[in-house]
Amino acid sequence: MPEILALLIAPDWVRSLTGERPPNVFWAEYIVWPLIQIVIVLFVVLTVVAYLVYFERKISAFIQARLGPMRVGPWGILQPAADGLKLLLKEDIIPIKADKLVFSIAPIISVVSTLVVLAVIPWGAAWATIANVNIGLLFVLAVSSVSVLGLVLAGWSSNSKYSLLGALRSSAQMVSYEVGMGLSIIGALIFARTLSLSGIVEAQRADGLPYFLFQPLGFLIYLISALGETNRAPFDLPEAESELVAGYHTEYSGFRWALFFMAEYTAMLVTSAVAVTVFLGGWYFPGLDWIKSNWGPNIYVLLSVAAFAGKIAVLIYAYMWFRWTWPRYRYDQLMELGWKWLIPAGLANVVLTGVWYVLALPEAQGGVFGFVKQTAGRYVPTGYGKIYFILTGFIITIPLSWALLATINRRSRDFNLHDQRQLQIKLRSERIKRNEPVAE
Amino acid sequence: MLALIQATNDLKTIGDQVVQLIMPEVILTLFACAALVLDVMLPRGRKRPVAWLSLAGVGFALVSLGFLYFNITSEGKSRLGFFNMIVIDNYAVVFKLIFLIGAGLSILLSIRYLDEEGEQRGEYYSLILFSVVGMMFMASGVDLLTLFISLELMAISVYILVGYTKRDRRSNEASMKYFLLGAFSSGVLLYGISMIYGLTGSTNLANIAKALPIIISPAYEPLGQTVDLRYLVLMSMILMAAGMFFKVAAVPFHMWAPDAYEGAPTSTTAFMSVAVKAASFAMFGRLFLYGLPDLRDTLAGNADKNIPGLPGWAVLLGVIAAITIVWGNLAALTQNNTKRLLAYSSISHAGYTMLGLIAANETGYTGFILYLFIYTLMNLGVFGCIIALRRHGIQGDRMEDLNGLMKKAPWLTVMMTIFLLSLGGIPPTAGFIGKLYLFAGLIETGNPWLVRLAILAVLMSAVSLYYYIRFIRAMYIEPETEMQPVKLAPSLQTALAVAVLLVMLIGVYPQPLLRLTQKAAQAQGLKTHDYDQKKADEGEIERPPGAGTGR
Amino acid sequence: MEKALFIIFAVVSVAAALNILLQRNPLYSALSLVGTLIALSALYVMLRAQFIAAIQIVVYAGAIMVLFVFVIMLLNAPKEAPYIEKHKALRFLAIPFAGLLIAEAFYVIRLVKPIQMPASDDSAQAVGTTLSVGTKLFTDYLLPFEVTSVLILMAIVGAMVLARRGED
Repeated sequence: MPEILALLIAPDWVRSLTGERPPNVFWAEYIVWPLIQIVIVLFVVLTVVAYLVYFERKISAFIQARLGPMRVGPWGILQPAADGLKLLLKEDIIPIKADKLVFSIAPIISVVSTLVVLAVIPWGAAWATIANVNIGLLFVLAVSSVSVLGLVLAGWSSNSKYSLLGALRSSAQMVSYEVGMGLSIIGALIFARTLSLSGIVEAQRADGLPYFLFQPLGFLIYLISALGETNRAPFDLPEAESELVAGYHTEYSGFRWALFFMAEYTAMLVTSAVAVTVFLGGWYFPGLDWIKSNWGPNIYVLLSVAAFAGKIAVLIYAYMWFRWTWPRYRYDQLMELGWKWLIPAGLANVVLTGVWYVLALPEAQGGVFGFVKQTAGRYVPTGYGKIYFILTGFIITIPLSWALLATINRRSRDFNLHDQRQLQIKLRSERIKRNEPVAE
Repeated sequence: MLALIQATNDLKTIGDQVVQLIMPEVILTLFACAALVLDVMLPRGRKRPVAWLSLAGVGFALVSLGFLYFNITSEGKSRLGFFNMIVIDNYAVVFKLIFLIGAGLSILLSIRYLDEEGEQRGEYYSLILFSVVGMMFMASGVDLLTLFISLELMAISVYILVGYTKRDRRSNEASMKYFLLGAFSSGVLLYGISMIYGLTGSTNLANIAKALPIIISPAYEPLGQTVDLRYLVLMSMILMAAGMFFKVAAVPFHMWAPDAYEGAPTSTTAFMSVAVKAASFAMFGRLFLYGLPDLRDTLAGNADKNIPGLPGWAVLLGVIAAITIVWGNLAALTQNNTKRLLAYSSISHAGYTMLGLIAANETGYTGFILYLFIYTLMNLGVFGCIIALRRHGIQGDRMEDLNGLMKKAPWLTVMMTIFLLSLGGIPPTAGFIGKLYLFAGLIETGNPWLVRLAILAVLMSAVSLYYYIRFIRAMYIEPETEMQPVKLAPSLQTALAVAVLLVMLIGVYPQPLLRLTQKAAQAQGLKTHDYDQKKADEGEIERPPGAGTGR
Repeated sequence: MEKALFIIFAVVSVAAALNILLQRNPLYSALSLVGTLIALSALYVMLRAQFIAAIQIVVYAGAIMVLFVFVIMLLNAPKEAPYIEKHKALRFLAIPFAGLLIAEAFYVIRLVKPIQMPASDDSAQAVGTTLSVGTKLFTDYLLPFEVTSVLILMAIVGAMVLARRGED
């Protein structure tokens, strides 16, 4: 039975662990081991997602000076298992006037499109990266942009006004915030010069600094857009409890509802993972190279995975923190923030970063300062270059974009309600002075 | 701005892929954006400065175009730029001049009209400028991609301009019809383009022209077997021609024109009836004279193997031109709405213009470009006069609105008369010179069918006089139906005066313009063709004694 | 392997495309269109055009189709009413035209030599990667690219002109 045996032959990354070198076998390389990797990642991620819910409840409880789940297991640690079991056993209700086909595939679209992204995330060094796709970042944006279809279809097919309103809100919101999200990344891509997620991590390793230092504005825009893209508070309008019952998933129950929940938390994980990869240096941390040469490759890989997970944990904690401390935006404020602030700021960031980068090139390439040197086929900022990019990012790009946008948006509604009121009064008094009609 | 224009002047010293070659377009784009910004800054109801700004943009573009002409093309040279995407030659320069004149006069015509409609807003002018950018690239593009994208740039701006008066239902309907049919025709054109790209493997017109003679040989052996690709070539040619026929409103693809012309705000009608038509013809000429010159006459067959020859696009264009001239003139006879009538008249003029492409000699090409130039002036003039009739509460586009105009506004009536006579082709107006060259080009070929076509065109142009005279009768003879006075805004007066002076000047002293258009007709790559010679060589027809011998 | 994948995605895309036409419910048609687009992007990946594949999904499946669905939902489009034909003759005209198109397609297919799939590591043949698309856009196709950007700017302005309420 040579074929069956061949299935067990490990791919490169396992072989690199054991030093074994068997021949390349198609089934093992393309079917069996990928399946094993998929199962491992899905198992780990879904468990993590289940525990994210648990942590969310705990954190909210602590913020509100409560204890949170305490009954199932010590400190309620088995609560996710109990919840999962409950959801599985619940009755599956499909409203009689719902569009049954769409109603049942909507949660699947939603959850699949978020889970697929997991394939290209560089979870760690060497073999801990499952697939290093050369368009990784675009793949992430592409697949996660499909996930909005799941929400929209869920809202439409439920045949309920709350669901439909939630779906309309979510489609408008996600399409808007996707643009800002895409734009915010481009600045970092100017430094990394690759779309491969592993490549971006390697670039930050070679440049010596994580890109949020070069790209403070881009990082900020990304974080805000990511909140909007995942429908998290303060942008949770598609499922605003106080207005829409539960938004697009009002009519869902049992495991279908759980799928939406899973999709939401996986999306949170994925957007944090992308933020970590692009702006926070991914799995790399200073000293990792020393560990590799002294402690061996396996510990190196494990530590890199741990670093990645730690950085993600920080961001996710921030998400939960935001949710339980900030009030929800009004819908027009949300759109205004997206279109009048984030997207123009993203554009300004791209332009300004491009200008700083071109200025930093050596004179032979048309630049001025020569803060960027070509080494080993890529452009790496020198010591001065790093200081230059950090300073331009923090001291010029952010204030300049802010001033620009504040000027452009002077007459639009402010987020600060007091300022907004004062501005209206001022404009009105100006009109009265000029003897113009006051009403709009 | 001066620095930009100065940059155009430095052309002699710089290489090929240069932004200077598209400086007029760059200036227009900048002014279009500036118009948008200025519009936001001005208070409501006081938007007129935007019009002056756009006019200044047109002026600067004209200056920059002048530099291009004197630095590169005045001696008949041409220059490719942007990786062979565009060419600056006399053909392009003259057409760009036409578009700029058309746009400048249209802006002048629009100012008062938009006040009257209560739609004075800056976007109008920036849309006109954007569409002119598209037109200019259509005239200088020598790549199917550039041509198509600039066609869309022009077309979409014009769709919006047609629907600009949103409160007017006719305008909405016109915009919708124009958009749907225009999008459909773009699809047809694109289908043809995709096939020609698949056949030749290139979107560059020069490469296509090089590849086509090989492909259309019935014994073409691309893959080791003989294939006859002529039917595919023919089909793509027909599809491209159909797309272009839509754009120039040739019968039977003219259905959109009367509705769009009637419903659109009159200032837009004026603009689209001249500039859009000229731009479509410029692209038509580029596509067929540069890209497909070898498909003009016949796609040769092979008598030994019993493969028949196939007709080329000259036949197609000839038939369409004949139908267009006949139908456009006949349909115009019965119209009572002046804008609709002028739409049919403009359809028939598209037919006349096509004759120049068919004639395929230098006279024909000169006539083709000259006629579009003159048509721009005279048609803008006529629409300018109709715009003058738009007054408080009066639309001004019914034939009755012209009644007794002589008593109310004699100068306007005289100018209108000159424009109408010029459209009818009566000497000593410019229209006569244009038609003369078009028909002479056809007769010069000596081909009996083309001579017959020319005779038909002359006859129908006599028919057209009937409906132009209807205007004149209404203006001079009919009693007034309403008493509201006609006042001309200064900008409108300027535009009409410029147009009428040019029409008369070209009519009596056409030499400078003729020299310019002849230079354009001699542009490199504009392949001429001698029907007579070829037919005589092949012995298919007797060479008629005493017929034109070509140049 | 590649052949099998090709057949799968080709069948999916054609079936979904047919479904667009056969569905009476506009929302189902839109969903089928998403299916077609995704299957097509998989085919692009197999042609080593990863960039184009990803952009196809981002732009079409992600943005444009969401807007389609949004509009269908917003207008609450009813299931397509039985179509009353005003011009019965057109139907008979349609048949020869369809026949013509099919004949043309077969004519072309008969001529085309089976082409080789580009090898996975052959970067010279890669026309759809980020690098090659970017290089092409900023050299050969610079002018059409810039004109397209003007076109889009103009279209935005136009959309605002048409969509704006009478007096803002």
